Amino acid sequence: MAEKEYTLYPNPITPNSAILFDEELCNGCNRCIDFCRTDVLMPNPERGKPPIVAYPDECWFGGCCAGACPHHAILMVHPMNQRAVWRRKETGNLYRVCVENELEENKRPPIVE
Amino acid sequence: MYTNKTDIQNYPGIKWPYPVDYEKINRISCDVLILGGGLAGCAAAIAAARRGAKVAVVDKGPLVRSGSGGTGIDHWHDACLNPKSKISPEQLMEFYFQNPYWGGKYTMGHMRYIQAMESYKALLELEKIGLPIRDFDDEFEGSAFRDDTTGLMYAYDYENCTVIRLKGGALLKPTLSAEVERLGVQAYEYIMASHLLTEDGKTGPGSRVIGAIAFSGRTGECYVFNAKSTIICSGMPQGEWIFSTEFNGASSKFWDPNNTGEGQAMMAEAGAELTLMESNYTICANGGMRWPMYGTGDSNNTWYGCPIVDANGKRIPYTQNGKVMDWSEIYKNTWPGTGDGGSVTSGSLGELPGDLPEKIMSGEYKLPFYADLPSMPPDERRVLWGLMIGNEGKTNYPVYKLYGKYGFDPDKDMLQVPVMAPKSNFNKRAKPYWNGEVYEPWRECQKCSNCAVYDWTMKTTLDGLYVAGLTAGNNFASGAITTGAYAARNAWKAAKQTELIPVNEDQVQKYREQIYAPTKRDYGIGWKEFKAGCARVMQGNCGEYKSDEVLQNGLDWFKSIREGEMQQLYARNPHELMRTNECYTQIMVSEMTLTASMARKCSSPTMNFKRLDYPGTDEGENEKYITITVKDGKYTTGEIPVKYYLQAPYAQSFKENYDKYCALED
Repeated sequence: MAEKEYTLYPNPITPNSAILFDEELCNGCNRCIDFCRTDVLMPNPERGKPPIVAYPDECWFGGCCAGACPHHAILMVHPMNQRAVWRRKETGNLYRVCVENELEENKRPPIVE
Repeated sequence: MYTNKTDIQNYPGIKWPYPVDYEKINRISCDVLILGGGLAGCAAAIAAARRGAKVAVVDKGPLVRSGSGGTGIDHWHDACLNPKSKISPEQLMEFYFQNPYWGGKYTMGHMRYIQAMESYKALLELEKIGLPIRDFDDEFEGSAFRDDTTGLMYAYDYENCTVIRLKGGALLKPTLSAEVERLGVQAYEYIMASHLLTEDGKTGPGSRVIGAIAFSGRTGECYVFNAKSTIICSGMPQGEWIFSTEFNGASSKFWDPNNTGEGQAMMAEAGAELTLMESNYTICANGGMRWPMYGTGDSNNTWYGCPIVDANGKRIPYTQNGKVMDWSEIYKNTWPGTGDGGSVTSGSLGELPGDLPEKIMSGEYKLPFYADLPSMPPDERRVLWGLMIGNEGKTNYPVYKLYGKYGFDPDKDMLQVPVMAPKSNFNKRAKPYWNGEVYEPWRECQKCSNCAVYDWTMKTTLDGLYVAGLTAGNNFASGAITTGAYAARNAWKAAKQTELIPVNEDQVQKYREQIYAPTKRDYGIGWKEFKAGCARVMQGNCGEYKSDEVLQNGLDWFKSIREGEMQQLYARNPHELMRTNECYTQIMVSEMTLTASMARKCSSPTMNFKRLDYPGTDEGENEKYITITVKDGKYTTGEIPVKYYLQAPYAQSFKENYDKYCALED
């Protein structure tokens, strides 16, 4: 049996992830980098790839990067302890933000986009 | 598919992406230098540039979104001069003086009056540069909060009409930054200014400010600014008591995490007097206890008027002076008159029953509670979840759009209120935000505190140095924009009569050595551990109750940190360099907070300041501002009277002073 090699890592940073990228949608334009208020994002050494999320622990969860992305390639995710809870009045069922469920996406835009 | 494949964990040890040069010095000369490019800084830049000044603005973030109001604003305060307002600027002053929550007798009255006089005018100016402020598409035609003649929409108090709901408030910062760019202002982004430069390098009271030194968080390059007038709009220190990135990243505080107090530290270092440094409180949940801003069920502020129900759907009524309010009364919380005045400025508006904690304990209402959005009238629901949530603070993407993505529908869903201890958190103390458990040692600076002492031109006690926005003790968006423009008009007026005084190279060299010291080390104490360590000193030694011995204990502790851990701070790249320089300012601001607290030898109910060792309160001769600055290398405290801005050499009325100093003609 081939021996699997194991690597020593620092413990995972918390929050683990502040934002997620869709590699298909992202063209590596790096526009989001210059919208981040705390300079969390760094250009990827590989051109055309999504930026590196360098400092997820310094994310303010303001969503400026996601809002600025022309390709909708960024999904901000609240850390697990920040995923607010709601109940559907009619059924009493409980739902959480950033967790997939059976509900339909509510696409009604805010007052001004 | 959205993944975290490009998180740093998967790129161990990659090369720093920007060219780094710690030796390079960029030199910039300008008429007006603005440190901090948030709402106040951008407004200042626009006002000065429109009048012909050569302007430079420096910010730790990008102007398009930086600052405490950078992500959005849902309502515009103190628009006393709008056509529907029933409150005059003079009346509003009375309101501020009566309300401890907004500063009470320690209100910087000149700043509030400037705001009241210019708020509405400034809003119309914003509209001219493209900000949607009105209900332009008649979505709310006929609603009680809308004036159908002007399309303006009011918030909270539909009688007095001093607070205006902004239809496109989330676009405020992009609108401002576009105008800044259009006017040719030089913007220096991702750059931290950390020390003021003074004539001949002499600091202390009486010195003259002639610029600032800064460095980039990306390239590490140094920037030396030489200016005729300098305006500090860098917010206020927040984080002296709280540092916790573990649970919610940089969201562990109410305020913008870039508010780390370098403005206050550099002003004092240069010799300017600061005041209200001892004023702090627990506004709402902090540290790891917070929930996303405005992103949980609430009854206050942005959420005002939303019906709250208990676990069984039982409605918890709003009351005023013990009387249950029906729907039509909630939005007529008028002041002066029957209302408590909360609606004049948002804040605490009406009340759920004052004895709610007892009613939870007795079982009359069952936890958890919910914000029952579906039971609201459609227009009130849409304006709450759509305009207020959607434009205010971090609610556009992180709450409105993200919650919607996962199916949240205000027509059908009830958002849960954080489950909290009844006694401590469902009473006034946790207001205006039900944001999670409140813990007294996790404190923040009060909304209107930690500011410079300044005159009616918004000049500090040093020539060449002005303040605006939070740095002038103003916590509102309308206040930031009005004081920014006002300070800039005066700063430019003074600059026109001044020659550029060259910087002192010895001073530049001295500050460069301080700034770059952590780059000489790549092990030791990291910035995160340092910030958390300093916060622990403040939690213990400057918490809810103060005494001379405990405050001195804190100062001695910081002395030990200065000699110990501070010498071991390391910065392995320009980003860490910026954060370690924030450590320097944090320790200085914390020391000033302890020192100013020691100088106030009485308790102050107005500023929630409690002394164990002095029985008196701040009445009579104790009613004064404590000031602090650095003189001969030491913190030096003093005092000035409250309402100093209405005493000689100033006139006795707000109006006379305003007319004399507003510099509108220049």
